[in-house]
Amino acid sequence: MDKENALKSWVDKRFPLTELWNDHVAKYYAPKNLNFWYYFGALSMVVLVLQIITGIWLTMNYNPSAEGAFDSIEYIMRDVPFGWLLRYMHSTGASFFFIVVYLHMFRAMLYGSYKKPRELVWIIGLLIYLCLMMEAFFGYLLPWGQMSFWGAKVITSLFGAVPFIGDWLMEIIRGDFNVSGVTLNRFFALHVVAIPLILLGLVVVHIISLHEVGSNNPDGIEIKKLKDENGIPKDGIAFHPYYTSKDAVGLVVFLILFSTVIFYYPTMGGYFLEAPNFDPANALVTPEHIAPVWYFTPFYAILRAVPDKLAGVLAMGVAVVIFFFLPWLDRSNVKSIRYRGPFYRMFLTLFVISFVILGWLGMEVPTPEKTLLAQICSFIYFSFFFLMPIYTTLDKNKTVPKRLT
Amino acid sequence: MLKKNILIFLFSILFSNIAISSGGHLNLDKANVNVKDYASLQRGAKIYMTTCATCHSLKYVRYKEMAQQIEMVDSSGDILVDVVKDGLMYSGGKITDTILSALSKDDGDKWFGKAPPDLSLVARCRGVDWLYTYLRTFYKDDSKLWGVNNITFPDVAMPHVLLNYQGLKGISNDNSHHINLKLVQQGSLNEKEFDLMVLDLVNFLSYVGEPHQVERRQLGIFVILFLSIFLVIVYLMKREYWKDVK
Repeated sequence: MDKENALKSWVDKRFPLTELWNDHVAKYYAPKNLNFWYYFGALSMVVLVLQIITGIWLTMNYNPSAEGAFDSIEYIMRDVPFGWLLRYMHSTGASFFFIVVYLHMFRAMLYGSYKKPRELVWIIGLLIYLCLMMEAFFGYLLPWGQMSFWGAKVITSLFGAVPFIGDWLMEIIRGDFNVSGVTLNRFFALHVVAIPLILLGLVVVHIISLHEVGSNNPDGIEIKKLKDENGIPKDGIAFHPYYTSKDAVGLVVFLILFSTVIFYYPTMGGYFLEAPNFDPANALVTPEHIAPVWYFTPFYAILRAVPDKLAGVLAMGVAVVIFFFLPWLDRSNVKSIRYRGPFYRMFLTLFVISFVILGWLGMEVPTPEKTLLAQICSFIYFSFFFLMPIYTTLDKNKTVPKRLT
Repeated sequence: MLKKNILIFLFSILFSNIAISSGGHLNLDKANVNVKDYASLQRGAKIYMTTCATCHSLKYVRYKEMAQQIEMVDSSGDILVDVVKDGLMYSGGKITDTILSALSKDDGDKWFGKAPPDLSLVARCRGVDWLYTYLRTFYKDDSKLWGVNNITFPDVAMPHVLLNYQGLKGISNDNSHHINLKLVQQGSLNEKEFDLMVLDLVNFLSYVGEPHQVERRQLGIFVILFLSIFLVIVYLMKREYWKDVK
């Protein structure tokens, strides 16, 4: 036995290294027809790692206090060597995280990846999404600009709408009667320690549960039903080297896009870094127009579309939580959009259109016409979910082939 | 084909945003700033120090870094310390000092109603077009403390500090849709010269708002070039592996 193998067997007797590598990489068989939409899972992991690494370096130079936060960001942008790059990577990374995660979730809706037997993969994924929303919200307060302050104030005040315990709840979250340095400190702790820990744990669980049931594919066919004499799915290929090499291509394309934004459009015209946030937080001056960052605006538009505050908060909550019920709302016997009937195709298209329009409306100053449009789009948004048991039952699906196409 | 369409779609989402940046209600004049035009930056710095720095600080900027970055250097790259001290540092001090104004916050509050803000980030907050328009749209209004008002920033507490250069303008007709300004008192510069002077100043403020922006754009070229070459290699590797997938 050569030295390398000796070391490997020494480790394997004490830790299942080879077994882990085989189970999750070298002998994990994925369908051979995974397409463009299947890049975003791996890419969201890459963005997560980038956020953690840049975040660690930002933390080294950041001062989590109401007096020092804004100044320390400018210190990073001006005086720390390549601080501007780390900061832009982190702020652009936040938006890109949501871009890849939204595309990743949309993929699941296209090909029915949330359906049996992958319900838990989907639910864990949604828990990751909830963590991501919290992470983004807490992180957005840290630069302590005007939009940080007023955004946090608006969102925390939503908890005040809860009957009976609202005011108490709001104070607990803020740690003060208003958003203040106390709030900043606790958001900092949650942003850099608590949520990332949960996030990382959930990502591991997400992957373990995915590898237990196996990846879905654009045809929505279970490749495990058809195995060869060695027990390997006939339509499966090893994750490594096939998908590691394919994902590498996707990764480099992604990095080119990511770099283009970092180096040439770091504020993305005010969508990734909002202009009022270059003004330090001031509790006495309300900005002309308060809007969350683009990735929250669809839900913000739903909140504003409902005239009553409590009902609006509830509608916004339901708009997020409803995703958890997708595996059971969908009564179709077909997974992939390729073999679904016209109803699902139509509803999914309308859903995407309403989601995009709501996203735009959430950034705009409300007018009566825009509020009406937001109400119509919210109605479509919820119809997609609430009518799903009906239209997926009625739909005329096509026959699903036995093998991948 | 589908793949290509999706990519085009994603690209258009990403980059369409730039065109629709939040402009506000006012028609702003476009400021064609160029932070690589070091002569313009140096002229802008001079205007800033003579007309703005008395009241407005640039607390995140140091004279030394500024001089280096706007290329106030000799042929060997060393900072021209004496030129910076004589030409820009009117309040004395060390070249490593940050650019602070002599006006205290209390005095500022007392004299203007609101202390003049720090301008380190004004170009990022308001945008260069806004600044360029704002500085050129003061007009005579005797009801105001300083005898002037501003179209872009109505009832602003700031006096028209560039009055000697621009002269004084008055509102000629006010049909609420389009406000015309007409010169009522001649300044030392004609309109074109004055616009160029304001552009230099705005250019300087744009640099101040993000001092590393030239470096950022330059580094971007190398990163993207490297990634593009790497993409070819990675793609060839992928093609090689995927040859045996049927």
